[in-house]
Amino acid sequence: MTDTASTGLAHSFQLKSANVSLTALELYYFDQDDFENALREKINQAPGFFRDIPLIISLEKYEGIDSELDFFKIIGTCRRHQIHVIGVRGGNDDQRRLARGAALALLPGSGQREKPAEPEAEQSQEESPQTPEAATSDGPAPAKIISQPVRSGQQIHAPEGDIVVLGPVQAGAEILAAGNIHVYGPLRGRALAGIHGNEAARIFCQSLEAELVSVAGHYKISEDLQDNGWKSAVQIQLRDDLLVVTPLNKA
Amino acid sequence: MARIIVVTSGKGGVGKTTTSASISTGLAKRGHKTVVIDFDVGLRNLDLIMNCERRVVYDFVNVIQGEATLNQALIRDKRVESLYILPASQTREKEALTKEGVEKVINELSDTFDYIVCDSPAGIEHGALMALYYADEAIVVTNPEVSSVRDSDRILGILQSKSRRAEMGQDPVREHLLLTRYNPDRVEKGEMLSVADVEEILAIPLLGVIPESQVVLNSSNQGMPVILEEQSDAGQAYDDAVGRLLGEEREHRFMTAQKKGFFSRMFKGG
Repeated sequence: MTDTASTGLAHSFQLKSANVSLTALELYYFDQDDFENALREKINQAPGFFRDIPLIISLEKYEGIDSELDFFKIIGTCRRHQIHVIGVRGGNDDQRRLARGAALALLPGSGQREKPAEPEAEQSQEESPQTPEAATSDGPAPAKIISQPVRSGQQIHAPEGDIVVLGPVQAGAEILAAGNIHVYGPLRGRALAGIHGNEAARIFCQSLEAELVSVAGHYKISEDLQDNGWKSAVQIQLRDDLLVVTPLNKA
Repeated sequence: MARIIVVTSGKGGVGKTTTSASISTGLAKRGHKTVVIDFDVGLRNLDLIMNCERRVVYDFVNVIQGEATLNQALIRDKRVESLYILPASQTREKEALTKEGVEKVINELSDTFDYIVCDSPAGIEHGALMALYYADEAIVVTNPEVSSVRDSDRILGILQSKSRRAEMGQDPVREHLLLTRYNPDRVEKGEMLSVADVEEILAIPLLGVIPESQVVLNSSNQGMPVILEEQSDAGQAYDDAVGRLLGEEREHRFMTAQKKGFFSRMFKGG
């Protein structure tokens, strides 16, 4: 019962969250010849390093005019040097539209998380309960403490630390934490711990009634949770790529 | 200052308008000057249940848009003194309810009334958000079934995050659970969630349990708030709920199944 996908059905794939480091090319202006010369020069310094790497184009320092920004030429030039452009970071709406036209992925810029490019993220912020989100001041990643029930349709997001919920997490609610998740009430919604890939993150709850639990991208849905620790106090952790549910009183 | 109470649920058809009619009538019967506002623009029903549909001249949207004064639009109830109805418009769009407009009307009503009951439309769209925005208290009407409970949970989350009290960082909206269409026999058979189940899931205080009853339907059709059917169990249950809303201690009734419920119904003769 510890199988991460033990529905009995054979799935052709499984979605997991991944955390990879990428090389970003910070573009100041674009001129086909200048670009190719500079690229060739860089590659000649370390030919093996650049072979078949994924690359993102960072537009945050771009000072040229938008019409010169020819992503097809950029992609083509890179391809000739065995570099694969996979997306752009930052940029204004017009630049991002051009990038999308060239089938590039759009990554948020460093200061761009709250902008309309991601309306869903903003929405979920609005619907978070207006709780005094008490933060413990010491330590690098303060825990987010929620003292009200997390209701259906609400999303609590802790991009850095742990989340502690003192009440229930209702069906249809979602909590996401980079660290651990503690729920001192029934966990009926979705709980995703270690969303940035921390495999040591755990989920603790007083009563496991969840729709989905996930640690570092390994998840189990309600159906797969019924036989082990259902409606009792448990912790959920990752062991050898498998989600393991253990009763809290035997921990 | 008036107490502003929204009657809401998320899900449709659970008994919001029936509850608005009975709660406001109950409050007025105890001498509190009460107005009940129909926020369901385009699908107005409250005037039917309050039996004043033939006396509607101006409506809520007319007042908001300055086409009529409040005194022209308010309809005085014929049965209960100190009860007034502000009907919804049947012909306008929900967007006609602007935040500023609703605030103006509510402020003006606050000066003269003790209680303002806002009958919310179903859903979580604009009309429902406007009905709950200015609320001090919320009566969340829920049927004992899973989808209604889920929708109530959703509306509770919205009360916590999108009401004026939440936006201003004031004390949160006081929440009350009103369970309607409750049938103890069906609970016993496992066909319905029990009071305890719903309380456990929603985790808010219970204002009352209204038993499923033919009387509710009959009185709605006759344009009579069921609370005025003083002999009926549903009418008494609403009266208890009004009492609790005013801070009285009342024991919960009509919740027990099988023998007890059966006998008590026999003695009352239906």
